[in-house]
Amino acid sequence: MDLIKKIPAYVERIPNGGILMTGLDWVLNNAKASSMWYMLFGLACCAIELMATGASRYDFDRLGMIFRATPRQTDLMIVAGTLTLKMAPRVKLLYEQMPDPKYVIAMGGCTMHGGPFYHDSYSVLKGVDKIIPVDIHVAGCPPRPEALMNGCIALQDLIRGEKVGRKRDRPGLRHIDPATNLPLLVRPDTGLIRPNQIIMPDQLRVLS
Amino acid sequence: MTPQEFAKHLGANYPDHQFEIDPLNENCVLIPLQLVPQCFELLRDDDATQMDYFDFSTCVDHPPDRLDLVYSMYSTVYKHRIQLKVVLDRQNPCVPTVSHLWVNANWNEREMYDLFGVFFPGHKDLRRLMMPDDWEGHPLRKDYAHPNLVVRPD
Repeated sequence: MDLIKKIPAYVERIPNGGILMTGLDWVLNNAKASSMWYMLFGLACCAIELMATGASRYDFDRLGMIFRATPRQTDLMIVAGTLTLKMAPRVKLLYEQMPDPKYVIAMGGCTMHGGPFYHDSYSVLKGVDKIIPVDIHVAGCPPRPEALMNGCIALQDLIRGEKVGRKRDRPGLRHIDPATNLPLLVRPDTGLIRPNQIIMPDQLRVLS
Repeated sequence: MTPQEFAKHLGANYPDHQFEIDPLNENCVLIPLQLVPQCFELLRDDDATQMDYFDFSTCVDHPPDRLDLVYSMYSTVYKHRIQLKVVLDRQNPCVPTVSHLWVNANWNEREMYDLFGVFFPGHKDLRRLMMPDDWEGHPLRKDYAHPNLVVRPD
């Protein structure tokens, strides 16, 4: 009954049982946010932290997040690690194979702007949001499991704020600022993020 | 065997050629390009050396005109190790393969072809190893440039 009290609903008892009245947005968004199945793939050392987050000590399962080994059954892609130019077409293909609605968490500095490979590297894609739209960026090198879970909770809050039947404001792809010639991250909900700006995990809620 | 003894042993087998210790590396013997690969075959099959284990081969770029190929090999019988160096022309680096002598030289040579642009005649499967198949250029050359490369400011 504690759970029932938290639901923004109006419960009316009638002789043959209960009628629960609430918003369709609330029901569908909570269903979506509480069963985010993520794709089982990792690219570099961030994948170790992703595995640690999925294991029993931190336990992703209590957020309703279970890994699936195929993109066809997933709602969430966690890009965990350095994305090289050779791997980028494969990741884009995996993203396109996911059914809608789909979300992306970019994990670690490499996925934001190349991280430690921003300078003097010819083979690393400098930002995953150049090829796929990213909902949440989690900073760190690699981020601790707490930070990744915080990012997932921020994503759940993002989903709970959506309106059913209205097209979602998709995050945009990165483009180059003509004034400074620096890559800019343009997202309708957060504004601009400079490539060398450090985003702490506790800022994620504010950003999203 | 020490590198000096290796140079002496090779000089006894190929009296027409000079074998010197590399001035840049005292463990390394310089060998002439025209002795590849029969010199390697001798070191592998000769009872006195028996270099039956191929450690690695790699490249060193010395712009503007020199490209060095370094081979390292080991004998599990005598427990000795030697490094051999071949000096190549940087504009057109080309050296016969040794992948038919040691199987693991196959991927080493593919890697050098990929990253340094060294061509290995006789190699069975000379494709890029690290970079995508449609990549242009050889990234570990010192003068390599790529639009994705952001040079670290001083």
